[in-house]
Amino acid sequence: MVSMLDRKLLRDLWRMRGQAVTIALVVACGIGGFIATHSTHDSLTRARDTFYETSQFPHLFADLKRAPNAVARDIARIPGVAQLRTRVVQDVQLDMPGIQQPLSARIIGLPIDAESGMGRLTLRQGQWITREGSDQVLVNERFAQARGLQPGDTLYALLNGKLQKLTVAGIVLSAEFIYATRGGGLPDDEWFGVLWMDAKRLSAAFNMEGGFNSVVLRLEPGASEPAVVRTLDRMLEPYGARGASGRAEQISHKIVSQEIEQQRVMGTLLPAVFLAVAIFILNVVLHRQVASQREQIAALKALGYDDRAIVAHYLKLVAVIVSGGIALGVGLGQWLGGYMTRMYAGFFHFPDFEHQTLPWVLLAAAGASFAGAVLGTLQAIRRVVALPPAEAMRPPSPPSFRPTLIERLGFARWTTPAVRMIVRNLERRPLRAVFTILGIAGSVAILIAGTFWRDAIDHFMDVQFNRVQPGMIYLSFVEPLGPEVMQEVTRLPGVMHAEVSRTIAVRFRHGHLAQRAPLIGIAPGDSLQRAIDARTGQRPVPVEGLLMNKRLADKLGLAQGDSVWVEVLEGERAVRRVQVVALFEERVGLNAYIDARSLERLTGEGPRYNLAALAVDGAYRDRLMARIKELPRVGAAIVKDSLLQTFRDTAARNMLFFTGVLTVFAATVAVGIVYNSARISLAERAWELASLRVLGMTRGEVSTLFLGELAVMVAVGIPLGCLFGYGLAALIVALTHGDAYAIPLVILPHTYAYAGLTVIAAGLASALIVRHRIDHLDLVAVLKTRE
Amino acid sequence: MSDAQGLARIFVGRGLTKGYRAGEQVVHALRGVDLDIYRGEFVVLLGPSGSGKSTLLNILGGLDTPSAGQACWGDHDIAAVDESARTRFRREHVGFVFQFYNLIPSLTARENVALVTELAAHPMPPEEALGRVGLAERMDHFPSQLSGGEQQRVAIARAIAKRPEVLLCDEPTGALDYETGKVVLTVIADVNRDLGTTAVVITHNAVIASMANRVIRLADGVIASVTVNAERAQVDTLRW
Repeated sequence: MVSMLDRKLLRDLWRMRGQAVTIALVVACGIGGFIATHSTHDSLTRARDTFYETSQFPHLFADLKRAPNAVARDIARIPGVAQLRTRVVQDVQLDMPGIQQPLSARIIGLPIDAESGMGRLTLRQGQWITREGSDQVLVNERFAQARGLQPGDTLYALLNGKLQKLTVAGIVLSAEFIYATRGGGLPDDEWFGVLWMDAKRLSAAFNMEGGFNSVVLRLEPGASEPAVVRTLDRMLEPYGARGASGRAEQISHKIVSQEIEQQRVMGTLLPAVFLAVAIFILNVVLHRQVASQREQIAALKALGYDDRAIVAHYLKLVAVIVSGGIALGVGLGQWLGGYMTRMYAGFFHFPDFEHQTLPWVLLAAAGASFAGAVLGTLQAIRRVVALPPAEAMRPPSPPSFRPTLIERLGFARWTTPAVRMIVRNLERRPLRAVFTILGIAGSVAILIAGTFWRDAIDHFMDVQFNRVQPGMIYLSFVEPLGPEVMQEVTRLPGVMHAEVSRTIAVRFRHGHLAQRAPLIGIAPGDSLQRAIDARTGQRPVPVEGLLMNKRLADKLGLAQGDSVWVEVLEGERAVRRVQVVALFEERVGLNAYIDARSLERLTGEGPRYNLAALAVDGAYRDRLMARIKELPRVGAAIVKDSLLQTFRDTAARNMLFFTGVLTVFAATVAVGIVYNSARISLAERAWELASLRVLGMTRGEVSTLFLGELAVMVAVGIPLGCLFGYGLAALIVALTHGDAYAIPLVILPHTYAYAGLTVIAAGLASALIVRHRIDHLDLVAVLKTRE
Repeated sequence: MSDAQGLARIFVGRGLTKGYRAGEQVVHALRGVDLDIYRGEFVVLLGPSGSGKSTLLNILGGLDTPSAGQACWGDHDIAAVDESARTRFRREHVGFVFQFYNLIPSLTARENVALVTELAAHPMPPEEALGRVGLAERMDHFPSQLSGGEQQRVAIARAIAKRPEVLLCDEPTGALDYETGKVVLTVIADVNRDLGTTAVVITHNAVIASMANRVIRLADGVIASVTVNAERAQVDTLRW
């Protein structure tokens, strides 16, 4: 048996269905966004952690030149070391039939029996390497997919100068290469593969028998990572070690973790805006609902219903609307989360990757919506409940108006009565106007904060690839080479200009802080590798001392003019105290720059080079590529435009999806707020508008008068929203910055324009719906009653 | 168009019928009313609640359309034209005064009048209209700062400012006390006399009827009687 109050509830809901639905949709967007991003975050974290656990992902990584296998026994005895594996790792050039461009690969030696244990691979297709000394290799899935490799396929690798045929035995996943890149942070799967081959054969090919050049360790629970690193570094120093590093500096881990963290930040900030808007609309709608029912409430009280029953009645109304929003939002969130999870599955490769929503996410989303809605509407209900029934029975006193501030200042002469009506109505309910404007601004801000990535990333890519590295091809050598390499690369076909340089691995120490980083040598006049300040452009590298990017300086607690210990992690392993002469803004990596001659003095090796940058005549491209493939000492060749193309394609696809989703969300918010404001104000002013119609104003004129108010609020809300959007984007940038890269805060005019136009379109749609109602005002009926 | 007495007919209604659906049934508010209104006259529509007088007034003013019959102002049958044509008709020819004044609360007295004069072709200045109703001193007050009688006078000023041919008043004194009501009626009578504006006034107060040239009584949707007052009473002499 439905109680009479509940029956009233259902009828009230039906009467206000347009408003109820729009509010529920805004709630649904907030909940949907929250659940989608947080469930994606949780799914990614879980997939990563599970993968790390099952594959026994190492805690420490160390590269060295060559150490005899006997050293492994000493390492195993370091307190805190639970497991270790030594191996040979080599960067080589690959060749695949039909592919012109040089491909790079990291080849890792794998014992035949290494299917289990630390760093265990996951076999996705094909089989393990079965025969010692065979030409079989395992290929990481990312590269295999990008290049369409199948078990049984053939590729060629330049192993220590000799081109050798390799056969793909299986396709695998490795926790070390969830994200595989040669270092730039860009998806690099078409050009960079990771191969595992029989350890004995690899060692033989590179004359590494009886030794290793890479070691990975797992630590015992509770072991001190820095302590193990210190002992390990000391132990491996004689063998050309570049210093051990933990997961925090492992490139794949770093990028995957930063990406996951971004989900959490976006998933918290944006839905909060939705929820705030939904609560505001609920508050205004309920205020109105309660105000229009004051006589009814008085009658209920007179009949003997107590305050609690009346409060419960209105809370139920809120609960029904919010519950609808939550139900819809959960569905939306699950669908969106599933989609995003699948999208990331194509991006990162995890063996087990399924979308899951933890109960706390659902509870938090539902709880926050309910709590916010109840708190937001309680005040409206309390006000009416507080009225004594006799007073509530009387209609509310007529609204009083006064000249607006603008008029009091004497500008009234230039305004028409219509404009004055609009301004005075806005001024009479300033709080509602302010909140409506804030809501409109909120939807603009959501759009900007959600879509500015495109501008930011374009800018980022432009700085990184057109200004920092304006060359076309970048070669890295497997070991530092003498000055003769300059002639060698200059003679390559089509090379118009070449520069060679040296980058070394160092560890900076300042007080108790230490950080491994590349130290990049730059000669005066170098134009293909430069230090570019994100704000001011090219920065000259000082003749003495260091030019350091701020993000690295911050990690080390360094200010301009401080001195820092530089421990060279290769060659003679010099340790010097060097002054940080200048700091600058750089978006990618943690880098320091030094004059090429200073670097020579630091290494004590004289002019040696491990990088070459080439500016190339496009007409010779094919011949050049073919020639590079034959160079034995080139470990990797990065062809910039191919890399960029791949990136743009992936990024464009993902951006399109997110832009689409956010546009729908923001439009929902805008419609929710504009439509509800309009409906409420229409209910309050139907009588006035009908009077104007009777006086001879056309439907168009009356609509203009009425909708003008909304237009003013939209017009104020949009620029404000642009400001908020900038702030929100700045907050997101600040909260998501990591070691791998820092997204710049760049928002182009077209992004603001897109956000503004979307909200205007949503506003127009709402206005059209309300306009329909204005056109159908019952003139005769409204004149007979006094509102 | 003119009748035997040489007075010009400005409105001719023939067979005016209006039915409303009320659930399953059709309720007839008007049942075939024939009505003429002459230029410059003061007509009072009398009748109890539900007699059809408001419906008739609304049809006269182009607020409502009859279910059947003709409602001609000059050559134009406003029952046969569309909503936008009726709006134009209201805008150009009719001034309305209602029981609840229907002022725009966010506009001052002067601005409420200006709202209408902006739409009109040859309006009088808002100040003049307000002067005619005796509100020259209170032009910049908002409705909430005016008494009921003052508000109704603003409504009359608003109605006459565009120099309409006809002033339609639906219970203009219905919400007012005796003294205030008299002031409002005086204003309507003055406008009718000084500007020659035809006035049609609804009331259910029979005493007011003595002010009129003609009194039309409605009952049950038909005209029950028409009385022509040989001598019109002055407002001061009215007692109710």
